[in-house]
Amino acid sequence: MRLLRIVPDDTKFDFIRFRRISFPISALLSILALGAFLTLGLNFGIDFKGGTLLEVRYANNTLNMADVRSKLEALDLGEVQIQEIGSDGEVLIRVAQQPGGESAQQAVVGKVKAALGEGVEYRRVEVVGPRVSQELLSYGIVGMMLAVLCILIYLWFRFEWQFALGASIANFHDIVLTIGFMAIFQIDFDLTSVAALLTILGYSLNDTIVIYDRIREMLRRYKKMPTEDLLNQSINSTLSRSVITHVTVTLALLALVLFGGRAIHSFSITMLFGVVLVGTYTSIFIASPLLIYLGVTTRTLAEKEDKTANPRAERAAP
Amino acid sequence: MLYFSKWKAIAILAACAIIGLMIVPSLLSTAAYDSLPGFLQRKIVLGLDLQGGSYIVLQVEQAEVRKGRLEQLRDDARRVLRDAKVGYSGLNIEGDSVQVRIREGQDVESALTALRGLAQPIGGPLATTGQLDTDVARDGSLITLTPSSAGVQARTIQAVSQSIEIIRKRIDQLGTTEPSIQRQGADRIQVQVPGLQDPSRLKALLGQTAKLSFRLVDTTMSAQQALQGRPPAGTQVLTSDGNPPVPYLIEDRVLVAGEDLTDAQPSFDPQTREPVVTFRFNTNGARRFAEATQANVGRPFAIILDNKVISAPVIREPILGGSGQISGSFTVQEANDLAILLRAGALPVPLQVVEERTVGPGLGADSIRSGIIASIVGAVAVAVFMIATYGVFGVIAVVAVAVNVSMIMGLLAMLGATLTLPGIAGVVLTVGIAVDSNVLIYERIREEARAGRSAISAIDAGFSRALSTILDSNITTFIAAAVLFYVGSGPVRGFAITFGIGIMTTVFTAFTLTRLMVALWVRWRRPQHVPI
Repeated sequence: MRLLRIVPDDTKFDFIRFRRISFPISALLSILALGAFLTLGLNFGIDFKGGTLLEVRYANNTLNMADVRSKLEALDLGEVQIQEIGSDGEVLIRVAQQPGGESAQQAVVGKVKAALGEGVEYRRVEVVGPRVSQELLSYGIVGMMLAVLCILIYLWFRFEWQFALGASIANFHDIVLTIGFMAIFQIDFDLTSVAALLTILGYSLNDTIVIYDRIREMLRRYKKMPTEDLLNQSINSTLSRSVITHVTVTLALLALVLFGGRAIHSFSITMLFGVVLVGTYTSIFIASPLLIYLGVTTRTLAEKEDKTANPRAERAAP
Repeated sequence: MLYFSKWKAIAILAACAIIGLMIVPSLLSTAAYDSLPGFLQRKIVLGLDLQGGSYIVLQVEQAEVRKGRLEQLRDDARRVLRDAKVGYSGLNIEGDSVQVRIREGQDVESALTALRGLAQPIGGPLATTGQLDTDVARDGSLITLTPSSAGVQARTIQAVSQSIEIIRKRIDQLGTTEPSIQRQGADRIQVQVPGLQDPSRLKALLGQTAKLSFRLVDTTMSAQQALQGRPPAGTQVLTSDGNPPVPYLIEDRVLVAGEDLTDAQPSFDPQTREPVVTFRFNTNGARRFAEATQANVGRPFAIILDNKVISAPVIREPILGGSGQISGSFTVQEANDLAILLRAGALPVPLQVVEERTVGPGLGADSIRSGIIASIVGAVAVAVFMIATYGVFGVIAVVAVAVNVSMIMGLLAMLGATLTLPGIAGVVLTVGIAVDSNVLIYERIREEARAGRSAISAIDAGFSRALSTILDSNITTFIAAAVLFYVGSGPVRGFAITFGIGIMTTVFTAFTLTRLMVALWVRWRRPQHVPI
C-alpha cells in the first residue's frame, strides 16, 4: 500500500525571510481586527449582557413569523430579536435586559408565554440577571489573563524568557485576530466563546512549543549555524508534523461544525477559525521569526547552560 | 525504550482496560445498572443540556439579612431595656443602625451594659476571633447599635446553609430524580433539577419565603379608613393576593406561626369540594391557637403567607383540636404546593432568582444525537486519514486514540462527572489532539530513519525524542484547561473537565500504550525498514 505523503521529505522553504511579508500582514490584520472590535463591537449573548432567551418550536408548519412578531411587539419589552432558525418551525427570541432589577427579568418569560399562547413547545429558556452577567464577564476576562500568566510562567521556567515572550506575543496576536473575526461576523459571544478562545490559546501554544522545542534542540546541537538558517531548518523539519496534525484537528472540528448541532455552532466556528487558520500560521510565521528580534542565538543558550552547569565559576569571576 | 517486561506490559493493558471498561455501567439499562455491586455503580451524569431540565441560581440578599438583623436588634433592645427598667424614647431603625435615646443621664451606663449584651461574638460563643457582630456606640444620651459587616456576612452564610436545607426538603417533594442543590460562592445557591420541564413551578416553590402566621383582624375601623388615615398602633394593612387585591387591617401580634405546624396536607373541603390545605399544630401551637380562638369568638382572623392574606374566616367556635384547614380558592396544584411549602418550613430570608436556564427534553435529545453523530464522523475521518498516512502505524494510532476516548469516558464515570454538550466538543477536540502525539512520534521516527539509523534504532530514538515535546506541549494546554475549570461555570466547566482529562489520558497512552504496541509489532515483524 502506498502511503499518503502531503509534505515531501526534504523541504527547504525560507520561512524566516517571509517575515518581511508576514509581519506587516499580521500588523495590518491586527489593526483591522481591533478596528472591527471597536466599531462593530462583539455580539454579546445574554450570558454577558443579561436578558432572556427563548427557543420555541411550532409543530407542523404552524409557524407564522409575522404573527409571532406582532404578538411580541405588543408586549413593549424594548429590544426584541426574533430569528427563525432551521426549517423545523423553530424561533429564537431574545429580549434585552429589562429595567427594574432581577425580578423584572424573570417576569419576561411569563409575559412571552402568555402572548404566544398554547400549542408551542418551549425548547430552551434562559434568563440571566444583570448581576450574574456582570460577574460572568469579569470572570471571563480574569480567566483569560490568569491563563496567559500561568502559561508564561511555565514557559519561562521550561525555556528561556525570549521563548516565553515570543509565545505570548504570538498568542496575543491569535486572540486579537479571533476576536476581530467574531466582531466582523457578529458571532454570539457568550460563555462557550470564552472556552473557545482559551482553547485556541492553549492549542496555538501547543503548536508553537513543538517548534520551539525543536529550535532549542538545534541551538544545542549546531552552535555555529546562523540563527536564520537554524530557525528555517527547525520549521522545515517539523513541517510534516504541523500539516498532518492540522489536517486531523481540522477534520475533527469540521465534524463539530457540520454535525455538532446549533448549540455549539458558534463555538465550533470560532475554534475552526482560531485553531486552523490563526494558530497554524502564527507558530510558523510569527512566533518563530520573532525569536530573531528577541535576540535568541546559540550564545544565549550556551551562557545559560554554563550557568547551570557551573554556578560557582560564574560567581568567582570578577 | 522499546523493551517491556511481561509484567509491565500486562500492567499497561490492564490499566487501560479497567479504566476504559468503567464506561460499561453507564451504557446499561437502569435495571441492569441497579443490580451491579455498589463499587461499580458509577456512571456519567448527563448535563441538563443533554437530558433536559431546569437550572436556577438563587441569591440571598445581604440587604435583606441586614434588614432582618436590624429588626431583631430593635425588638431585642426594647426587651432588654424594659428588663433593665431603663426609660427611653425614640427606639428606631435609622439607616443601617438602631438608635435609642435614654431619658435619664444616670441610666445610660446600665443601658449600655444591657445593650452590649446583645452583641454576639461572630461564629458563636466558642469562636476565637474576638469580633462582635454588633457595634454599640454612645453619643451623650443617644446609643447606636450597628450590625458590623462581618456579622452580616456571617449571618448571610448561615442563611444560605439554612436555605439549602429547606430547599432540599421542598424539592424532594416534587418527586424528581437526582436534584442537585449546591452552595455557590458566599451568597448563592445553585439548584439543578434534571427532567423538570416547568421551571415556573420550581420558581414558585423556591421564590417564596413561606412565612405563615395566624393573626387577628382589627375591626375597629375599616381597612379603607386605615389606608386613608393612620392605622391604629400595633396594626398594619395587608392585602390579599387576588385581583383586585382586598385590603385587611391586621394586628401585628402573631397568634401562632408556621414553626408550630407539624403537618400539612392537600385535600378537599367536604362541603364545597374545593381544594384546601389541612394542617396540624404541635402541642404548643395547639394550646395557643385554642386560647386565642376561645377569647375571640365572632371575630375574623387572617391566615397570612409572606405578608399576603390568604383568607380571613370568622372564628365561629373555639378551635381546640389542634388542626384546621386553609381555603383560598386554590387549584389542586396550588394546594399541593402550599402544603409542600408549609411542611418544609420557612426560608430564613427571601431568595432572589438571578439566573435561570431550562432545556426542554426534545432539545436535549436532539443535542445528544448531533453530539454523537459529530463524534462518530470526526473519529472516522481522522482514522481514515491516519491509516492512509501511516499504514500499520496509523492503525496503532487509531487503536490508541480509541482506547484514549473510552478512558476519558471511563474516568468521567469514575468521577461521577457531568457530560455536557461542550464536554462532547472537548472529546472531539481531544481526538484531534491525541493524534498529534502519535504524529510527533512517527514524524520523529521518519526523520531518524532518514538520517541513516537502522529501523529499530530509529524507532527507539523517535520515541525518546518525541516524548519530551509531547510533555511540554500538553502541559501548557493542560494549564489552559485547569484555568478554565477554575474560573469557569456551567458549559465552560463541562468543557474544561473533559478537555483536561483528555490531555492526561493522551499523555498516558502516548507514553505507554502506543509504545507498547509499536514494541510488540517490532518484535513480531523484525523490520529492516521503517514502514512510514
